[in-house]
Amino acid sequence: MKNLTVSALEELRIKARQELDLRERSDLVVLQSCCSLSQGIEKMQLLVCGGTGCKASMSPLIARRLQEKIEKEGIDRQVDVVTTGCFGFCEKGPIVKVIPDNTFYVHVSPEDAEEIVDRHVLGGERVERLLYVDPKSGKAVSDSKHMDFYRKQMRIALRNCGFIDPERIEEYIARDGYKPLADALVAGKPEEVIDKIKRSGLRGRGGGGFPTGLKWELTARQKAEQKYVVCNADEGDPGAFMDRSIMEGDPHSIVEAMALCGFAIGASKGLVYIRAEYPLAIHRLQVAIAQAEEYGLLGENILGTDFSFDIEIRYGAGAFVCGEETALIHSMEGKRGEPTLKPPYPSEAGYKGMPTNVNNVETFANVPAILTEGPEWFASIGTEKSKGTKVFALAGKINNVGLIEVPMGTTLREVIFDIGGGIKNGKKFKAVQTGGPSGGCLTEKHLDIPIDFDNLLAAGSMMGSGGMIVMDEDDCMVSVARFYLDFTVEESCGKCTPCRIGNKRLLEILNRITEGRGTMDDLKMLETLGKVIKDTALCGLGQTSPNPVLSTLENFREEYEAHVKKKVCPAKQCKALLTYAINPMKCMGCGLCAKNCPAEAIVGITRKPHVIMPEKCIRCGMCISRCKFNAIVIC
Amino acid sequence: MAEIKLACNIASQVEEICDRHHNKPGELINILHEAQSLQGYLPEAMQRIIARKLDIPVSKVYGVVTFYTFFTMTPKGKYPISVCMGTACYVRGGEKLLEELKRRLGIEVGQTTPDGKFSLDCLRCVGACGLAPVVMIGEKVYGRLQAADIKGILENLISAE
Repeated sequence: MKNLTVSALEELRIKARQELDLRERSDLVVLQSCCSLSQGIEKMQLLVCGGTGCKASMSPLIARRLQEKIEKEGIDRQVDVVTTGCFGFCEKGPIVKVIPDNTFYVHVSPEDAEEIVDRHVLGGERVERLLYVDPKSGKAVSDSKHMDFYRKQMRIALRNCGFIDPERIEEYIARDGYKPLADALVAGKPEEVIDKIKRSGLRGRGGGGFPTGLKWELTARQKAEQKYVVCNADEGDPGAFMDRSIMEGDPHSIVEAMALCGFAIGASKGLVYIRAEYPLAIHRLQVAIAQAEEYGLLGENILGTDFSFDIEIRYGAGAFVCGEETALIHSMEGKRGEPTLKPPYPSEAGYKGMPTNVNNVETFANVPAILTEGPEWFASIGTEKSKGTKVFALAGKINNVGLIEVPMGTTLREVIFDIGGGIKNGKKFKAVQTGGPSGGCLTEKHLDIPIDFDNLLAAGSMMGSGGMIVMDEDDCMVSVARFYLDFTVEESCGKCTPCRIGNKRLLEILNRITEGRGTMDDLKMLETLGKVIKDTALCGLGQTSPNPVLSTLENFREEYEAHVKKKVCPAKQCKALLTYAINPMKCMGCGLCAKNCPAEAIVGITRKPHVIMPEKCIRCGMCISRCKFNAIVIC
Repeated sequence: MAEIKLACNIASQVEEICDRHHNKPGELINILHEAQSLQGYLPEAMQRIIARKLDIPVSKVYGVVTFYTFFTMTPKGKYPISVCMGTACYVRGGEKLLEELKRRLGIEVGQTTPDGKFSLDCLRCVGACGLAPVVMIGEKVYGRLQAADIKGILENLISAE
């Protein structure tokens, strides 16, 4: 235990800053030239992305190979290999960044490690083939600051992700970490902290957008022996990974923000409710908590003051409804995660019946930055009613899949076409889904809407936690609605009838439509039933579950009607409505399709056009993926 | 629930886990996480022990086990296969991978092959959306897959034995 005092923390910070100085300085000035030890550079660093996406593509092995190579060359004193959190540009992972010249290598494989050290670190020459190529200009771009993907981003919640080593508290401290906490404890005025958060205009990033400062104030007002601070890290939205990346890349910001919240509302106990499916995030959080305890930044009498606070981790077990705060609290109590009616709100009676403040990971990650830079700074970013930035997990049929953070008020067009680099394979944009299973699908006509809580809601979708899935002309919107409904039906806790039975009926209707058995009455029923569920369901999950159906019905009605009236799926996705056939003019009779057909539905003689037998065809699409002559058509 | 007898050492380990959590009903979910890690699933006999130790009805334990998708009462295969059904993987063809796996293995989601080699599950987003569509087998992530790749992956696993 090193129970730090405020002055000892400052001394530690000065020392830690020196260590991080190289990275800080090279982040300010982008060098065009390439640095190497042969040019007399004394210190270099190789940052390797250690986020889940890059880890899945063997980034730990890359880090090991780099380390082995620099040891072999005897330059391990001059060159450090640092594993960081997510850089965000997952499409191009694994990523290795060279400091001080900021060279950003993409799609690195373990075999490239030696070459990076030989050619770049020792030889002073960039490994051209590993550089990012700008799709518009066709030219190689060596640093991230000149990439469209990063240019329009502004990183507040992700400020440390991809910059620091998340498993070293010193690097967080060097970036002004734990200074807001120390300042608040020395000042000793909890109401000032709340006031600053209120003035910043920060709203809850978990989806609802409730003003964070107000929430803190409501919990602070309650009189109770014990209060709780809960961090909601149960990111259940399929296709969203904002919270996970923050916890993996900057866990100390969450620890510090929770302690600050505890101080502000008068709580001495914090709980993180995290998905058990996030082993890496859990590990990094455990390391961060242990380090903070060791330095006396958590525990009894923090920084020598009379404020005490500790954090415990609680594991979720895979239930989407547990993102709802009352359900989450029941789950933490060891029960089925079923929601209850509000009021009472958790701020009055939450965990174990005590006043509880529940905030989402991204919300917490903003807190230390707001207190460091000031509430006015934060309030100057964004739109009138939505301040600051928002992190989105950009995925689907888009060129640059990844994690991005943009100021509120950025348009969907900027996000999809500038940052995201447009639609994959030159296809046409069709829709963008925001807000996950609770949100809706927005179309071309919505692309110029400035993104904020209220605008998205008015357009028939919602901000949600930050999942953003882009769809192209090949996606069938009826199938997409069915996909989300399928999810909601599976995840419905079953407590209230509208959600349990209503959504099941919606799903049955959608199944009928995609199988070509729908009627025009079914479309009317979808609308009526959807509205009833919205009005009558018990919790947020049920009240928003018909949104994907209602929004696609409104924006893509003609597609629903094509399924019902003409029994065709315009996007050619709904299996029951498709027929596979071979174009005899194009077929060369190579037999590759027949060889790969799992249902043995293709027959023919070598070098003669083949034929698909419709009664045997299971419409799996294997033949299309194998045919080299584009001879197979779907109609 | 089919009656499965627990080995003595497993039973005592389950009891130890409960004791470590002071037999508190509020710790039920943490206890179940640890208990499941012993054998990869939570058979009825195990749930009975937990109910007795925590002094709560076994129906309550069963209620919690069946509520959360992370808990399972069927043993997993030697190679547990999980297909990501997050939206990003779905729009990039995750469903086709699932169909192909079902067809090749001859089992449905949530089942294990009779030889105990493979089990099939869906999961919601592993967060490797840049690699979509994704399949996880054990700890290994297979990214950017097509249905045609499934055959080779399964054959490689079997031939590596």
